[in-house]
Amino acid sequence: MSRPVLELQGVTKRYRGEPPVEALRGVSLTIVEGELVAIVGQSGSGKTTLVHVMGTLERPTDGQVRVAGQDVFEMSDRELSGLRAWRLGFVFQQFFLLDGLSVVENVANGLLYRGVNQADRRRLAGRALGRVGLGHRLSHQPNQLSGGERQRVAIARAVVGEPAVILADEPTGNLDSASGASIMDLLRDLNDEGRTIVIITHNHEIADSISHNVELRDGLIVRDAAVEGSFASPSTADTRWGVAGE
Amino acid sequence: MNSRLTFLDVFRVGGLGLRSRRLRALLSALGVSIGIAAIVGVLGISASSQARLLAQLDALGTNLLTVSPGQALGGAQAYLPQTAPGMIRRVGPVLTVSATGTVPDAHVFRTDKIPDVQSGGISVRAADVTLLQTLNATVQHGTFLNPVTAQYPAVVLGASTAQYLGITDLRHPIQVHLGGQWFTVIGILQPMALAPNLDRAALVGYPAAHTYLHFDGEYTTIYLRTDPNQVTDVQAVLARTANPNHPEEVAVSRPSDVLAARVAAQGAYTSLFIGLGAVALLVGGVAIANTMLTAVLERRSEIGLRRALGATEAHVALQFLTESLLLSSLGGLAGVLLGSLATSVYALSNHWTVVVPLLAVWGGIASALLVGGVAGLYPAMRAARLTPTDALRTV
Repeated sequence: MSRPVLELQGVTKRYRGEPPVEALRGVSLTIVEGELVAIVGQSGSGKTTLVHVMGTLERPTDGQVRVAGQDVFEMSDRELSGLRAWRLGFVFQQFFLLDGLSVVENVANGLLYRGVNQADRRRLAGRALGRVGLGHRLSHQPNQLSGGERQRVAIARAVVGEPAVILADEPTGNLDSASGASIMDLLRDLNDEGRTIVIITHNHEIADSISHNVELRDGLIVRDAAVEGSFASPSTADTRWGVAGE
Repeated sequence: MNSRLTFLDVFRVGGLGLRSRRLRALLSALGVSIGIAAIVGVLGISASSQARLLAQLDALGTNLLTVSPGQALGGAQAYLPQTAPGMIRRVGPVLTVSATGTVPDAHVFRTDKIPDVQSGGISVRAADVTLLQTLNATVQHGTFLNPVTAQYPAVVLGASTAQYLGITDLRHPIQVHLGGQWFTVIGILQPMALAPNLDRAALVGYPAAHTYLHFDGEYTTIYLRTDPNQVTDVQAVLARTANPNHPEEVAVSRPSDVLAARVAAQGAYTSLFIGLGAVALLVGGVAIANTMLTAVLERRSEIGLRRALGATEAHVALQFLTESLLLSSLGGLAGVLLGSLATSVYALSNHWTVVVPLLAVWGGIASALLVGGVAGLYPAMRAARLTPTDALRTV
């Protein structure tokens, strides 16, 4: 029986302003261990806000968010940071690799805020880079790599700590279609090995290739379709259907 | 499950910004290093020069006193009685007494072809043979007067006198034309810090002055050494001892006071230059604050990434504060080195011993750290207050 790793219940997010913007209007969603989930939506649908709320980078205005069983409501900055360091991995559209650090150092940064010592960080980073097919590029600088390779480094950084869930925000958004396809293959392989991965994308083609497919429109989930049996280990039995406000 | 950044990693993370932008780091640390270098250099040079003066004082002793005629009532030139040296010698704590007397209208020349008016300010003085011992002075060349040579036309030249006459050594016998007679130079004195008047004098024995220059044996300056613990007591009774009838006509002084005043006077200059150094340091601090603020703006996405990787607000603040402290302490270290180097060059070129006060070294590093801390505080707070989503939002 798979445990839920990410649960959202009636999550709303309002940004103050004139007029106030309601980016999320009551989103309920459950992601269980081992799932590969695609969240698809047009720009302005609230995708990025949703991934930020799921990643505890932003607090919801209302509603409940549970990461690995823990309610993040009223968690302090320190506790939220601890949660991100230990339970969450991020992959961004812009890669966000640090210049001045080698590839292996960038990946090792995935363990920096866990207080792991440098030697262990590097050892694990080398292993993660081997897993994404960049074992031969450990000492390269990020600017010596192609876009696809940079995103692999970023994925290795998200994977190195084996978090409960990896959130990938438009991971192929800055890549040509060939590199994008190979990144998608990598993410699928990583999921096949049991990792929980959430991919946020505006690309329906990508989303349709993924079994658990959530569509977001104007801050609401308009479709949450899990295709039975299409991924290996867990079932979707625990996936609660959630359409906000009802 | 806490977010943790080890002590070592704080430095690694803080140093990253400097490593990846070396030129900028160098330039922004320059201000601090100039300020610290100025402060350390000024303190070092003045300490070296004070050390030299104090060493001189120590070598010369602070127990030397001089007695000379002052002004008589009504402004006339006063005279010391002939009994003065003998009376002074009888004061208990007085160790040695030596008298000198200026021979009026006597001048010294290299040859007999030079007119009398071009005397070069050199005075001819009759001196006791014990003078060298009382002044704790030494000769550069030759010997001082002794009871025998004091009776003959022999002369010992002060350091400036020898230089003025163009006499550098005594390898060959040299005679000078003194008061219309030829005198043989038997010695050249070292410069004497406590009796600079004698540097510009030519010294002959009292008997010789009497015989050859028709000198009446008057005393112009009496030098004496006392027990070091009773200098002020002796000083108090000297005037009455030297001239019991007219103590008000006797001038008593302590030459080491002049040197001590010079040591103190240097302190006044020092504070002025330290003030200038402090201004440079302040400007350096502003430069660092500016660099750090720019860094926070430029590295927003790095801040966002670190927050996503699990950095707390405090970790982000610590990173930028550490970077600022590293920047300023590197500047401070460079400044201390530069300042010490400047001190060494200056002191060695003056043949002084090099003294760099420890207070200047630690004070320099501490003030650099203080400047870095203050300069980095606000940028660090801004970096920490940036929300992760704002930081990740690419422009």
